[in-house]
Amino acid sequence: MGKKVTVLGEVRDGALRNVSFEGVAAARKIAEDGEVVAVLLGSSVKDLVQEMIVAGADRAVVVEDEKLAGYTSDGYAQAFLAVVEKETPDAIIVGHTALGKDLSPKIASKLNCGLVSDAVGVEVEGGNVVFTRPIYSGKAFEKKIVTDGVIFASIRPNNIPPLERDASRTGEVTEVSAEIKDLRTIVREVAKKATQGVDLSEAKVIVAGGRGVKSEDGFEPLQELADLLGGAVGASRGACDAEYCDYSLQIGQTGKVVTPDLYIACGISGAIQHLAGMSNSKVIVAINKDPEANIFKVADYGIVGDLFEVVPLLVEEFKSLLVEA
Amino acid sequence: MNIFVLLKRTFDTEEKITIAKGAINEEGAEFIINPYDEYAVEEAIQLRDNHGGEVTVVTVGNEEAEKQLRTALAMGADKAVLINTEDDLESGDQFTTAKILAQYLEDKEADIILAGNVAIDSGSGQVGPRVADLLDIPYVTTITKLEISGETVTVVRDVEGDSETIETKLPVLVTAQQGLNEPRYPSLPGIMKAKKKPLEELELDDLDLDEDEVEAKTKVVEIFLPQTKEAGRVLEGELDAQVKELVSLLHKEAKVI
Ligand SMILES: Cc1cc2nc3c(=O)[nH]c(=O)nc-3n(C[C@H](O)[C@H](O)[C@H](O)COP(=O)(O)OP(=O)(O)OC[C@H]3O[C@@H](n4cnc5c(N)ncnc54)[C@H](O)[C@@H]3O)c2cc1C
Ligand SMILES: Cc1cc2nc3c(=O)[nH]c(=O)nc-3n(C[C@H](O)[C@H](O)[C@H](O)COP(=O)(O)OP(=O)(O)OC[C@H]3O[C@@H](n4cnc5c(N)ncnc54)[C@H](O)[C@@H]3O)c2cc1C
Repeated sequence: MGKKVTVLGEVRDGALRNVSFEGVAAARKIAEDGEVVAVLLGSSVKDLVQEMIVAGADRAVVVEDEKLAGYTSDGYAQAFLAVVEKETPDAIIVGHTALGKDLSPKIASKLNCGLVSDAVGVEVEGGNVVFTRPIYSGKAFEKKIVTDGVIFASIRPNNIPPLERDASRTGEVTEVSAEIKDLRTIVREVAKKATQGVDLSEAKVIVAGGRGVKSEDGFEPLQELADLLGGAVGASRGACDAEYCDYSLQIGQTGKVVTPDLYIACGISGAIQHLAGMSNSKVIVAINKDPEANIFKVADYGIVGDLFEVVPLLVEEFKSLLVEA
Repeated sequence: MNIFVLLKRTFDTEEKITIAKGAINEEGAEFIINPYDEYAVEEAIQLRDNHGGEVTVVTVGNEEAEKQLRTALAMGADKAVLINTEDDLESGDQFTTAKILAQYLEDKEADIILAGNVAIDSGSGQVGPRVADLLDIPYVTTITKLEISGETVTVVRDVEGDSETIETKLPVLVTAQQGLNEPRYPSLPGIMKAKKKPLEELELDDLDLDEDEVEAKTKVVEIFLPQTKEAGRVLEGELDAQVKELVSLLHKEAKVI
């Protein structure tokens, strides 16, 4: 029998994040011939529901409230739980983003259910919904099932491919009212540091720099290469600690976890904490002047050399390739 | 101030990982305090030094976690509690751990509870928020700065690189992110003192908990290592030629561009 699965559509800066559509794809798999219900929370999100339906949801539920304009654990939990109470889903999917990581354990606790965090894959095997997730900083994987209560998982961005968009899809939109009250945390200020442009956790190409980049200016050729390939610039903690760039660019265990099609590591040694954030990238290129650097162990292609020579040459070479294409 | 730290003993993930009998092989492996919990311990000690009070570190685990608890005591925590589940439970998950911790904390009148934002081994980041919810207190995750003045708590929180300044009130639970502080190393006198500090050991019975009240709600069905990637290709020759080859490989072989 099919299941009813609710998926949280995560809105940031007025748009849905890609992980929402990946969530719909995961939900479709779990639902089998059941129903996928998108859930949108915010102060004004109704205009976005169609995107979730086009991405594969059957219908959508929205909770709109001024108090949901910014994220708070209490506010979002109250709104989400109001939807869960109304819909009584068999399964729930959210993104394993800053928001999803903060919210999902609270929801699971309130529903007294299990939660599989940071799933990178989902399969239905012999009636069980089996999630795959990395453990030990990505050095191993486990397959996990929920044995009691609602099936609940948060999914890592950029791992479960979204379904093909189907603009002809339509679906019903209902509003649920929730009493959003007694918020125990107040957001006083938000300092946006992340660069405009391509979102690092969703970028298809990432050019990352480490301590080897040597200065803030050293990031310029990397930025040029990233721009050329429609990608984003990332960094190791080494580069952030040395103040060559902002911490918002940090990739790794403490920073962002990324899974682009192409990851170009420049002047990064490849510490385990860095690898935890990027080793699942589809193709990894390492540029490092030390042939013994650990990064070469995970790289598909490596160039031993000075990044300040290699990166500009790469820019030229890609330019001529793009002209040809 | 009555300060509690949730501390997990973890596998040092810098170690090579192997699998034996369907589980991660712990034979001969190095175990450490989860790095994010070190930030929590450090912050707790600083809070106590500035506001007075007492720091208690709490672990759910087995006897072997005594070592990590002693390290926290050597850093400067005042008391340690080991909730030993060895004899009572065969399996557990984040719900199990959170439920046990919350049951322990329920009557402790904690002003603040500090945890790590994630454990580097099984890495779910669930335990902190779950404990806070069970205790019905607010929580703030991935914090990089903490200030307490009277009942008012101001924290800076890392949100995927952006930072949010959040205000809340005691009692509260916070989870530590890298950047919060620089954890100290235990000093020699600290290590000597730690030997005499109280380390209490409890079992589920002492917490009035039954095994079935903490039964896991998830189950691991398989553990496997990622397919070993074929050794990457380190290109050779003149630099120009290498770059040409790389671009062509990315285009034609890997097909990512
Ligand atoms: C709890 C904890 C969490 C952490 N979290 C993270 C995390 O999220 N992300 C992260 O990245 N790290 C993290 N770290 C830090 C990590 O251990 C490393 O210290 C860090 O990744 C090193 O950065 P790096 O590779 O840039 O610097 P280094 O290790 O100093 O490497 C610099 C590299 O650049 C090369 N190089 C120098 N000059 C050139 C040149 N001209 N051309 C080419 N190559 C050159 C060198 O050969 C070297 O390999 C964490 C550590 C801890 C303890
Ligand atoms: C009896 C029992 C058997 C278990 N068996 C297994 C098993 O076979 N396989 C397996 O993978 N896991 C097992 N676990 C562990 C469990 O699955 C989780 O590892 C544990 O609940 C912590 O979750 P996490 O690692 O995701 O931590 P996270 O939620 O990522 O941890 C975040 C923070 O919570 C706090 N915290 C987490 N765990 C503890 C703790 N134990 N004590 C104090 N504070 C803590 C720390 O501050 C930590 O930084 C078992 C647990 C129990 C109680």
